[in-house]
Amino acid sequence: MAQFYGYERPDGTVGIRNHLLVLSTMDCSYEPAKKIAEQVEGSVAITQTYGCRDDAMLIHNLAGSALNPNVAGVLILGLGCETLTGDILLEKIEPSGKPVFNLTIQEEGGTIKTHAKGVRILQKMKQDIAEQKREAFPLSKLTLAEECGGSDATSGLAANPSVGAAADRLIEEGGTVMFGETQEMTGTQHILAKRAVNKETSDAIYDIIETQMARQKAMGISSRWMSKGNIDGGLTTIEEKSLGAVVKGGTKPIQGVLYNNWDRFDTPDKPGLYLMDGPGWDVPSVTHMVAAGAQVVCFTSGRGSTTGHAIAPVIKITGNPTTFANMEDNIDINAGTILDGSESLSSVGGRIYDMIVQTANGRQTKAEALGYQDYIVFRRSREAEHLLGHC
Amino acid sequence: MSKKAIQIDAKDNVATATSIVETGEEVEVLSPDGDIVLTTKPVERIIFGHKIALIDLKAGDRIVKYGQVIGVASKEVRVGEWIHTHNANSANMHTDGPEIRGVT
Repeated sequence: MAQFYGYERPDGTVGIRNHLLVLSTMDCSYEPAKKIAEQVEGSVAITQTYGCRDDAMLIHNLAGSALNPNVAGVLILGLGCETLTGDILLEKIEPSGKPVFNLTIQEEGGTIKTHAKGVRILQKMKQDIAEQKREAFPLSKLTLAEECGGSDATSGLAANPSVGAAADRLIEEGGTVMFGETQEMTGTQHILAKRAVNKETSDAIYDIIETQMARQKAMGISSRWMSKGNIDGGLTTIEEKSLGAVVKGGTKPIQGVLYNNWDRFDTPDKPGLYLMDGPGWDVPSVTHMVAAGAQVVCFTSGRGSTTGHAIAPVIKITGNPTTFANMEDNIDINAGTILDGSESLSSVGGRIYDMIVQTANGRQTKAEALGYQDYIVFRRSREAEHLLGHC
Repeated sequence: MSKKAIQIDAKDNVATATSIVETGEEVEVLSPDGDIVLTTKPVERIIFGHKIALIDLKAGDRIVKYGQVIGVASKEVRVGEWIHTHNANSANMHTDGPEIRGVT
């Protein structure tokens, strides 16, 4: 049976990395958080930049990031007078059983004292986790997030169908796959809904896509909007672009829609394929899927993208052979071999699947080896949603 | 080596060029498995990533890629012509029509 080697967490989830997370509740503790993380190897600092509010979307995504199995231990860092307190996050993270500490700068007496204490906490965690060995687990413990950014016509022609083939295989082996960017599903809702396992999921697919279209319309943005790069690259309509995007989800039944709003933050409850209701902006979209539990990411890019992620390794795939030649330092897999008929789609899909498992086993992606730790939380405008009647 | 275009689904009436194809140059249309489905000659230059019509279309005819409708022709299109925003529109099929609201 297909398996991978990972680190078991106290809550039974399995990490493929042993990151230590310095979780800054908002920007006013982020600089000290970054300094603390710099001191202890394997640590990464994250925050959100939507200001001083205990907003449920922010809480879900920050706490979800800390609960991701790739995170071995957490140091929460707050200033002390913020609305989104460390205690709110602590309460959500503690039940996982992973080590978590909460420091506030005002209570500790400034950043230098906080730094010393924070570094000692991380140092101890680092020593403890260094002993942990990877063990074999079934692929039912692995969740893949799929993303595309900087699309061109090769994305929908080579890279995304290949990732779709890899996703199908991962699901056949018992794994879980999710993809998001609701606005990039526009015009495909009838196609996706037919693949829903039940009416609730089918209705949810229409709901998230049509809500997103209404949201864009109310804001004066055509839901057929495409970038100049998309059109120059040969994409004629939003349906064509969207079909080229959703093909990365493969062909398996859709188990559910993962809502990501003020009332709900869903995570997959069983293996299979899921849609994440999330932003059409690549790094925040990845962040939301990582917060929903994805340990590894496949990211396709026709034009060439460089981003990694703070918590999950990102495998970069291009369907454009010229982009691969130009940006081989940043792109892990060339799916462009399909274009001249020199390699079949199923063969490229097999290479992607193999790299997903290798990456899960510990092999670094190019973005990881370069040290890229992108992380952005996206929060919808509650005010705008209210005006649009969506909440 | 001859120029290639890919027909992603057997129902598609367009293929996507995988390199620049000059007017009258022969193009092999491939399936995703690399099999040659047919050969054709574009009547105008088709650049990399852009679509070539595999059949004649009238205004309003559906354009099919991925085995799905990606839009409609906004004017008459002949075999071998370039299909893009100048002769095709979104079908706007996502907003109404009972046939697309059917659920499993």
